[in-house]
Amino acid sequence: MKQLYLSSSPHIHSGETTTGVMRAVLYSLLPACGVAVYFFGPSALSVLLIATLGCLASEAVCQRLMGQPVTLGDGSAAITGVLLALNLPPSSPWWLTLLGAVIAIAIGKQVYGGLGSNPFNPALVARVVLLISFPVQMTTWSAPAPLGSGLDLVTTATPLGEWKNAVMLTGQLPAEMQGSMANYFLGNMPGCIGEVSALALLLGAAYLFYRRILTWHIPTAFVGTVVLLSGLFWLIDPAKYPNPVFHLLTGGLILGAFYMATDMVTTPVSISGMLLFGAGCGFLTVLIRLFGGYPEGVSFAILLMNAATPLIDRYTRPRTFGMVRQGRTQ
Amino acid sequence: MKLKTFAGGIHPPDNKQWSSHKAIEDCPLPTEFVVPLAQHIGAPSVACVEIGQYVAKGQVIGTAKGFVSVPVHAPTSGEVVAIEYRPHSWGPSLPAIVIKPDGEDLWSTDLQPSDPDNLSTDDMIEKVRLAGVVGMGGAAFPAHVKMSPPPEKQVRTLIINGVECEPYLTADYRMMLEEPERILQGVGLLQTVFGAERVVIGIEANKPDAIALFEKHCAKTAFEVVSLHVKYPQGAEKQLIAAVTGKQVPSGGLPMDIGAAVHNVSTAAAVTDAIVHGRPLIERICTVTGPAIREPKNLRIRIGTLLSHLVEVCGGLAEEPGKIILGGPMMGFTQLEFNVPATKGTSGLLLLRMQDVDPRPEGPCIRCARCVQVCPIKLLPTTIAAYARRNLSAEAAEYCAMDCIECGSCSYVCPAAIPLVQAIRYGKAAILAKKRKSP
Amino acid sequence: MLAAILSLGCIGMIAAVALGFAAKKFAVEVDPRELAAMEVLPGANCGACGFPGCAGYAKALVAGTIDVNQCPPGGADVVAKLARILGVEAAAASPEFAVVLCQGDNRKAQLKYNYLGLEDCTAAQRIADGPKVCPGGCLGLGSCQRACPFDAIEMTAAGLAVINREKCTGCRKCVAVCPRQVIRMAPAEATVHVLCNSHDKGAVVRKYCQVGCIACQLCKKAAPDAYKIENMLATVVYEHHSEAAVAIAKCPTRCIRDFAEGYPDGSALLPADADKPHAA
Repeated sequence: MKQLYLSSSPHIHSGETTTGVMRAVLYSLLPACGVAVYFFGPSALSVLLIATLGCLASEAVCQRLMGQPVTLGDGSAAITGVLLALNLPPSSPWWLTLLGAVIAIAIGKQVYGGLGSNPFNPALVARVVLLISFPVQMTTWSAPAPLGSGLDLVTTATPLGEWKNAVMLTGQLPAEMQGSMANYFLGNMPGCIGEVSALALLLGAAYLFYRRILTWHIPTAFVGTVVLLSGLFWLIDPAKYPNPVFHLLTGGLILGAFYMATDMVTTPVSISGMLLFGAGCGFLTVLIRLFGGYPEGVSFAILLMNAATPLIDRYTRPRTFGMVRQGRTQ
Repeated sequence: MKLKTFAGGIHPPDNKQWSSHKAIEDCPLPTEFVVPLAQHIGAPSVACVEIGQYVAKGQVIGTAKGFVSVPVHAPTSGEVVAIEYRPHSWGPSLPAIVIKPDGEDLWSTDLQPSDPDNLSTDDMIEKVRLAGVVGMGGAAFPAHVKMSPPPEKQVRTLIINGVECEPYLTADYRMMLEEPERILQGVGLLQTVFGAERVVIGIEANKPDAIALFEKHCAKTAFEVVSLHVKYPQGAEKQLIAAVTGKQVPSGGLPMDIGAAVHNVSTAAAVTDAIVHGRPLIERICTVTGPAIREPKNLRIRIGTLLSHLVEVCGGLAEEPGKIILGGPMMGFTQLEFNVPATKGTSGLLLLRMQDVDPRPEGPCIRCARCVQVCPIKLLPTTIAAYARRNLSAEAAEYCAMDCIECGSCSYVCPAAIPLVQAIRYGKAAILAKKRKSP
Repeated sequence: MLAAILSLGCIGMIAAVALGFAAKKFAVEVDPRELAAMEVLPGANCGACGFPGCAGYAKALVAGTIDVNQCPPGGADVVAKLARILGVEAAAASPEFAVVLCQGDNRKAQLKYNYLGLEDCTAAQRIADGPKVCPGGCLGLGSCQRACPFDAIEMTAAGLAVINREKCTGCRKCVAVCPRQVIRMAPAEATVHVLCNSHDKGAVVRKYCQVGCIACQLCKKAAPDAYKIENMLATVVYEHHSEAAVAIAKCPTRCIRDFAEGYPDGSALLPADADKPHAA
């Protein structure tokens, strides 16, 4: 007779698994990957493949070296790979992508103890390290060359980059911005392979909302703060500052707000904590975009707020049932 | 119209269809009764019979020890054949009185009915105590203690718990459908004892027939029947009070601190028996259910009936059980064998198959915060569990580990299959041990 | 450029002077013997001495409230050094090692049930008295391994804790954490042990464990001074440990073992076809 199981309660489970959660996130990234390959062709595909396989390989090697069981099956390394790829320019050389993959996993995740223990978003750690170490390759953008159009990738500036240059040189918005809002929304603009298409990203995010893997708090707080703050500056001086919709659709804001800032491991657990985190990211993004040296502030903003997460967690504990304020019953 | 509810909670599949349509059946008497002296919260009873003695049905066989204790009575007439340690559902073997039925099932002649109108409140409470009535929702807290709040804590709202939020269990549901008068008479008696201005009967919306029946019976009374949003753990005392009154029981406090008291529907029926009929608590409804039992049933069982007998009465096992659970699947206790007796608090016997058990090893916490979202007490289960496992009991206490009601919602939703409730329990035990060492 | 060098240099100088001044003025008086003692102590902060960390022990030593031989991990070496620092005579406490008195791993001892939940021996013990039928045997969930500050305990592949005598310092943290009290301290020279912790009758033990002690008394017959049988369990009388080895061959269940060879892979415990042990 097979033996009985004994355990502490409860004895039923929702059936949700870590692997299931990761798989859903991978599915949600498929539209963005598809658009990336459509607009940027084989280069984007190779960046995606090298980043993903590089992350998987790095994780296997690190875990072997540390004498731990290899857990590629949970899917988290694959997600880091895809997210890293989506954050890279389409013309990234293979060695840059591979280096990014190794940094993301070895330094961004495994060194802290693996899944669940890293304080910073691993893909962003890698992106920022690459950005600072290889600024040229990381800011070489290409105009989209949709599949079937017969075009090759041509180097050009991103809308944010254009604006930053113009403002630094002339103190004014450039006379004519390259693209229309519609193009920005669909993805027909230069940028990192994953950040260009707001539509594809939002589609994926909708799937995650439906699966209840994503909650509205961080993206709304992030995007809302960006819109409010950038709107404020635009109202003050529309000749110098772009309008909020421009901020919304260019750069990595949608990618950052829905996929990078919502990484569960590195963000607060309580609702007020998540709102504070999102708002902080938004504030820092606008600050860096408008007044910092870089045209894009999302990655830095998110990493800085990741650092603040333990502090936020400590001070935004939900009010326990039966307490009037935390620690008090009256 | 939005139904009343509380914050947090989960929606497990209710699995009540196995037994919800089955009317209560009397369980045939077994050939041996093993009546444990410890069946309730508080001090165990003390045996007051001898081996070889004849006892009548309802006769006292164990007296209460102290205030937070109740007497225990013979479930049938027969001979006391042993007073010894026997396997108990709580884990270790505990003292029990073993009775061999004589087949006559004769009530003791000492038991007298009374007219409640002629009884004072104190008389009624004493009758409840002498009848050995305990909370029948599963906690088995002595009812007379709950009915005796100190004079400065006046209970203004009496809430009757007909929620039965645990999946699989249908004992209270069938009681409500089949014996509403007995329950309502008890509710009236409880109201008199408490002097409560408001009486609310809370029933989850997944029992519309019970709600309709009670609304009909309560039409001429001042009792309110409230339909509650279907969510686990709506039947937990604090959550029920929060949903019905909108107020929260203070942390570390009791419902009486905010003028409320909660009693289970079956407890109300037992109060009727005790006060009006003079009959002690020797039987209860128990749902035997689950995919591994041949014929799920709602049985009227006598205390002291071995689980093996219950399984037999229900047609035996359909297949090998993976887990034997006393109670419901969210808060019940797994058992090692069928050789343990049912007690006053045994609301259900759930038999799960091997394939219903998920032996997945735990993974690392990914801080997805699902546990935080579902916790009805608004705790951070992942943080408390992490501190508890590292034996950091001061930090675990700071994060309000002692407020945890151990409902299991957090473990239910955790994608990494972390045994959160077990870890928090471990932490609570460490906190209490430290308090005892250095008060 | 020059302005930058000068200004930074000045700031540096000011900071250096300020820090130097503060270091002298706000210095805390520490007895130099305390610092010397801390240098000598192992620094593992295991708490075996009963003080909070090695710093706590050093402080108490200098205050004269504790003996110099209270640090088991330090060994005789440290005792001698501490004695010299404090200028006292000291005899070292005889070193002891911890031993897990059980051989009943998953292949040899029966389980009552499949345990699901926290990988912790105390937590498992709370559920129906633990998953092992034997009430005294090692549960193999690794609580002792996690408690050991010196990495001296390994869990074998078949679920048994094994203590490496070369790494064990006798700090007793494992003894404190084991819910079954199956780990005992023994003098360092004693290498022969009866690896069983069950007080059940022989016939009962035989049913649930292939290598449990059945109190047949054959060991006592072979070496009368070296063994005592109490409550259905044989134990080595450690004062006569040198005579105990003759009984090893006589034991019918092979529960008496000599740890003189075969550590730390536990091969003194397991037969030749054992799996390789690994950390849990």
